[in-house]
Amino acid sequence: MPTQITLAKGLNMGLRKAMENDPKVLIMGEDVGKLGGVFRVTDGLQKDFGEDRVLDTPLAESGIVGTAIGLALRGYRPVVEIQFDGFVYPAFDQIVSQLAKMHMRSLGHVKLPVTIRIPYGGGIGAVEHHSESPEAYFAHTAGLKVVSCSNPVDAYWMIQQSIACDDPVIFFEPKRRYWDKAELDESATPHPLFAARVVRPGGDVTLVAYGPMVKVCLDAAAAAEEENRSLEVIDLRSLSPLDVDAVCRSVERTGRLVVVHEAPVFLGMGAEIAARVTERCFYSLEAPVLRVGGFHTPYPPSRLEEDYLPDLDRVLDAVDRSLAY
Amino acid sequence: MHVIVDSSPGTSPGPELVQLLTPEGERVEHPEYSIELSPQEYRGLYRDLVLVRRVDAEAVALQRQGELGIWASLLGQEAAQVGAGRAMGPNDYAFPTYREHGVAWCRDVDPLNLLGLFRGVNHGGWDPNEHNFHLYTIVIGAQTLHAVGYAMGMQRDGSGAAVLAFFGDGATSQGDVNEAFNFAGVYNAPVVFFCQNNQWAISEPLERQTRAPLYRRASGFGFPGVRVDGNDVLACLAVTREALDYAREGNGPILIEAFTYRMGAHTTSDDPSRYRLQSELEAWKLKDPIERYKRFLIKNSLADSDFFAEVDAESERLARHMRDGCRALPDPEPLSLFDHVYAEGHPLVDEERAQFAAYLSADVDATAERGEG
Ligand SMILES: Cc1ncc(C[n+]2csc(CCOP(=O)(O)OP(=O)(O)O)c2C)c(N)n1
Repeated sequence: MPTQITLAKGLNMGLRKAMENDPKVLIMGEDVGKLGGVFRVTDGLQKDFGEDRVLDTPLAESGIVGTAIGLALRGYRPVVEIQFDGFVYPAFDQIVSQLAKMHMRSLGHVKLPVTIRIPYGGGIGAVEHHSESPEAYFAHTAGLKVVSCSNPVDAYWMIQQSIACDDPVIFFEPKRRYWDKAELDESATPHPLFAARVVRPGGDVTLVAYGPMVKVCLDAAAAAEEENRSLEVIDLRSLSPLDVDAVCRSVERTGRLVVVHEAPVFLGMGAEIAARVTERCFYSLEAPVLRVGGFHTPYPPSRLEEDYLPDLDRVLDAVDRSLAY
Repeated sequence: MHVIVDSSPGTSPGPELVQLLTPEGERVEHPEYSIELSPQEYRGLYRDLVLVRRVDAEAVALQRQGELGIWASLLGQEAAQVGAGRAMGPNDYAFPTYREHGVAWCRDVDPLNLLGLFRGVNHGGWDPNEHNFHLYTIVIGAQTLHAVGYAMGMQRDGSGAAVLAFFGDGATSQGDVNEAFNFAGVYNAPVVFFCQNNQWAISEPLERQTRAPLYRRASGFGFPGVRVDGNDVLACLAVTREALDYAREGNGPILIEAFTYRMGAHTTSDDPSRYRLQSELEAWKLKDPIERYKRFLIKNSLADSDFFAEVDAESERLARHMRDGCRALPDPEPLSLFDHVYAEGHPLVDEERAQFAAYLSADVDATAERGEG
């Protein structure tokens, strides 16, 4: 029976399902137990599964990820919460030098089914280090899989699929969408974790986004329709692996591509997508691939974030520029 | 000889606690620490405590009114911060977290300047070198290493000054903090680590951070640790003064654990009723740092009602200064996004600034064309 849930609730339900289905699933992080996380994503889980399965850890991100690796080596499936995007860096060594490489170093003898949940992105009026989009660092690292949900239904399925995955998964949660609502039908068949999805079909320009920017692109497409422009919106869902096929299928029809993300444009996901699409669909392109994203500046004080963050107008401006070629 | 294994972090303070003032405001002697101040200095500490609490209360109110995005309250920690802050000499340098509003006060940072970060108009609104008070650091524990490095610099310069590094009980779990302890020990750096153990790191109690009392950690790194009553401004002042002297004299680092309590929420976004009992707060209210100090002043005839009235009046003026000043803090210009990213500039930043400026003015033109301007 479909129920109306928020994105945070979708994650919470997905985590609960994963814990019910597999006694090896553990949750670890700062304030995830009694408080249920600062965004309440793990609300009620410690109460129902106990302190052995939902661990309020010491305040040490490297410690959290490092011990999660050890637990994974011992056959557990830790789901780690990093409280905010800007606090993942103390764990960077454990993630990129240890977690990402261990399967290969062991010649495949050990598996590292660790899921690292990171609330990310801006738009909530927070102080510094609470609004960043560090996904490119992780997508750049071989050995990690990187995904981001954009809506409550995907949140519910994707967190379960990530936990079930035998590779380490960095799971980015668009924090400003935690309170967005949608209908969840738990009896539906989930979309494959690493596949992109066309969330709005269209014929004139392809918009590619993920996480928090999917909604911005959908809004832009709705606004463009009033001007008789038909925009196709693709939700990437997975950043590594990257579903280039899905993007190319669309670009071969539209001939135009705009990639949108909050993260800085320079060496971001858009750069990779632009390069691959140019290689694969050069003769279909009517315009260069354009990117809309953050600037080469630290994330600004919150009173400037509306200027900094890509919004509907900046997306449509890029659409105009693409169509002007 | 026998080995003592301590497997509790000491959530009740224990006999090792340095105290010069009981919760009832009774002056008590301590074998190692003492303090003698002039009546004016005694009154000065009271003024600090009251004004710092007022700054905090006003900021909480401003957040409630939507003028600040968030605020991290120091309620309950005034004595620890004023005691430590007033122990500093003019050439000493402090490295704060995001909660050291009381230390900022002692370093003559206008409380208004603290609001910028929390209002979202800047990332820290003062020149650290003007006040010997570094910017607030939100990433837990990171500043302790900066403090040690700064102290190593002071050591090389023969400055004869010392650094005071602030952090919380939760921070003691971070690698950075333990690395800072170790570097300071190895290089004999003139740094005083000042840990405000306010018993909570958001929702996590001390037991989730440590199995042994925090002040004892110092001994493993080869330097002394002392636990002081963090709600006793005289003890905090005496202990920090002596620790700074010790560091300045070339003896290396020292750790102070100020045993105190976070009486408010972690920040204005937090709801402590989800994780701690009201009775715990009520018990700590009886140890309130300001109440006990006021009783001490009165008992010893160090202040009269005129003095208290004057402090209250000053507190009102300060609150008005903050309210008016906060509302007047302008939002930054959009193009200021690109300022100060590099000391020597960067062509990509210049390029993006120019593009964004063009985009913004085109936007204005478009709006004007539609007659919506
Ligand atoms: C590296 C890092 N991880 C997580 C956080 C989120 N966070 C902010 S304050 C806090 C608790 C800090 O507790 P403590 O060190 O005891 O200081 P207090 O806030 O109690 O003064 C946490 C987990 C952070 N700011 N930095």
